[in-house]
Amino acid sequence: MFIAPSAGWAQSQPAAMATPIKHLRIVYLGKRYSEPVPLSLLDKPVYDKGIQGARVGAADNNVTGKFVGQETDLTEDILPQNGDIVAEAKKVFAAGNSLIVADLEAKDLLAVADLPEAKTAIILDIRTSDDDLRQEQCRANVFHLAPSYAMRADALGQFLLYKRWQRWFLIHGTKPADLAYTAAVKRAASRFGSRIVAERTYAYSARARTTDTGHQQTEQQMALLTQSVPAYDVIFVVDMDEVFGEYLLFNSFDPRPVVGTQGLIAVAWHRSFEEYAGQEMQNRFEKFAHRTMTERDYEGWLAVRIFGEALLRTGATDTKSLRSYILSDEFNIAAYKGIGLSFRKWDLQLRQPILLAGPRALVSIAPIAGFLHPKYLTDSLGFDEPETKCHFAK
Amino acid sequence: MRLALSIALSAAILSSQAALAATLFVTNERDNTVTVLDSETLAIKKIIQVGARPRGIVMSPDHDEIFVCLGDDNRIDVIDTKTLSVSRSIPNVPDPELIATDPKGERLYVANEEQSQVTVIDRATGKIVGTVAVGGEPEGLAVSPDLKTVVNTSELASMAFFINVKTLKIEADVLVDQRPRVAQYTRDGKQVWVSAEVGGTVSVIDARTRVIIKKIGFDIPGVQPELIQPVGILFSSDGKRAYVALSHANHVAVVDTKTLMPIAYVLVGERPWHMALDPNGTKLYVANGNTNDLTAIDLKTLKPIRSVNVGHLPWGVAAMP
Repeated sequence: MFIAPSAGWAQSQPAAMATPIKHLRIVYLGKRYSEPVPLSLLDKPVYDKGIQGARVGAADNNVTGKFVGQETDLTEDILPQNGDIVAEAKKVFAAGNSLIVADLEAKDLLAVADLPEAKTAIILDIRTSDDDLRQEQCRANVFHLAPSYAMRADALGQFLLYKRWQRWFLIHGTKPADLAYTAAVKRAASRFGSRIVAERTYAYSARARTTDTGHQQTEQQMALLTQSVPAYDVIFVVDMDEVFGEYLLFNSFDPRPVVGTQGLIAVAWHRSFEEYAGQEMQNRFEKFAHRTMTERDYEGWLAVRIFGEALLRTGATDTKSLRSYILSDEFNIAAYKGIGLSFRKWDLQLRQPILLAGPRALVSIAPIAGFLHPKYLTDSLGFDEPETKCHFAK
Repeated sequence: MRLALSIALSAAILSSQAALAATLFVTNERDNTVTVLDSETLAIKKIIQVGARPRGIVMSPDHDEIFVCLGDDNRIDVIDTKTLSVSRSIPNVPDPELIATDPKGERLYVANEEQSQVTVIDRATGKIVGTVAVGGEPEGLAVSPDLKTVVNTSELASMAFFINVKTLKIEADVLVDQRPRVAQYTRDGKQVWVSAEVGGTVSVIDARTRVIIKKIGFDIPGVQPELIQPVGILFSSDGKRAYVALSHANHVAVVDTKTLMPIAYVLVGERPWHMALDPNGTKLYVANGNTNDLTAIDLKTLKPIRSVNVGHLPWGVAAMP
């Protein structure tokens, strides 16, 4: 039986008790895909990329939330590699969830997004960089947080033009992801008036992470791979799975810098990054996860923060209000990049500065000074509105 | 004899000018130093070695001491303004970023950036007398002229917290725009101005009702809007104008405190964050982080007078009469 509290009792309660706490229910939907282990022994294999960042994001939301009666509830739903993601997603939606952080590869991401139950959901994709998913294969319920391949290649393209290193020797792997990034590199070359003077592929798969000998072979193979090419300024390497790219540094036939997926890389986050209070984020993450923050951790953190920010500003927990706020001109999320980040309405890609990081230190941040855009400087990276092939079904 | 007299006379004039000049103290985040300058000549008088990562800097109201936050050493170094050297340190203050003193100079308030906390220190003894749990990445601090309230901003929560000085309890939280860096009470104590670096605005909050009266936006021809990043706020001696440092826009905005409208923008060095007003009210000194210099602005003409090198990544400034 419910007993109404006496007036005296009610008065002694803190003011916050008067309004019930608003719960932000977020589901982190992921899969344990087998991931390539890092080629360098300096990088430890990490099997919980993404989710650790999301946990820190939830904790950050809740530090703020306790002042305003809001709480982020993060449910972790990570399937084994052979798990049935569609069946799991149906269960998640059936339980009334609609705010999803998707740590899924392209095929699984689309399978979940295309479920009828997902139509009104907000799915924040923290894993993919595929340009397809932002172009022909875009979905009205999928927001992309990680920079696309095109944005990454353009970031490097701007930097190389600024340096006048415009003759590129392109070396790429042969896996689908390698080819997708390679297409973006070619697009960047033509956008910024640079030239790909030679293009070679390197296909290699069998490999153990550690061997007793081996550098002698590497030396010879990389020298062979890079000799007898026309004069060039940089090697642009595309090796998504870290099979050989790392070996190009200092092993090329000619003394040239390496950029692309190894050497100078274009990323949303890097462990050497400290500016714009980035150091505080790095410290907070490392204290929590006992390892350095990866790019996917940053995206996971950002996804949970975006939902948290939308609730903080609107006071709403329903998908419709949150979505309309996230897509409004008022939406702006601070994420240690100096400027606020927001979504491009034409393809739901998060516009953002991109870090250009060497193996041990930050080199620059794109957009590079001098690359202008009439609306947002960051829209000089990736597919701009006039070039988009994304047309959401009405 | 006549010559000697005129030398003596000019020496007397010189020394009286020197007495009028203020002494400026600038923290150099990258150098672990505080640069001391003469405000008239802008010549460097001394470079004081302090602990690691000096950022926030404040002078005691009696002008005797300068307090410097040392983020990477978890302590406050105290500079004696007579000897221009570190006379004592206040230890065990975790990751201090910004520091404020109450108008009487009895208590110090420190934002502990990584602790989501504000630490209250008794100035005389250096003892911690209390802590307040606030929002994430706290930074800005301002004590009300009536000594009753201290306002703290949280960069992560985008909030300004109004803390009761006696109870150290939060009385109100005001949601402002993204990444609030600095809070300042107006000279009359009726308003609190809070800058939002990423939001690009200054929220003017009624100090009594704790409601936002207005958000001031800025617009500089030829400067991309996302580069307009308000950080430092200072009020003129007569309270009629506010000066707002706009970081990556490389300008200081001048705002009419009556109309709450910007009336001018003064070009300074790159990434101006914090500022100090000359004690005689005629000049403003701006620390420019990315150009390693300090710009002096003539407040009558609103023109920059000169910029001088001070050290690497100058962060904050204090001016002593």
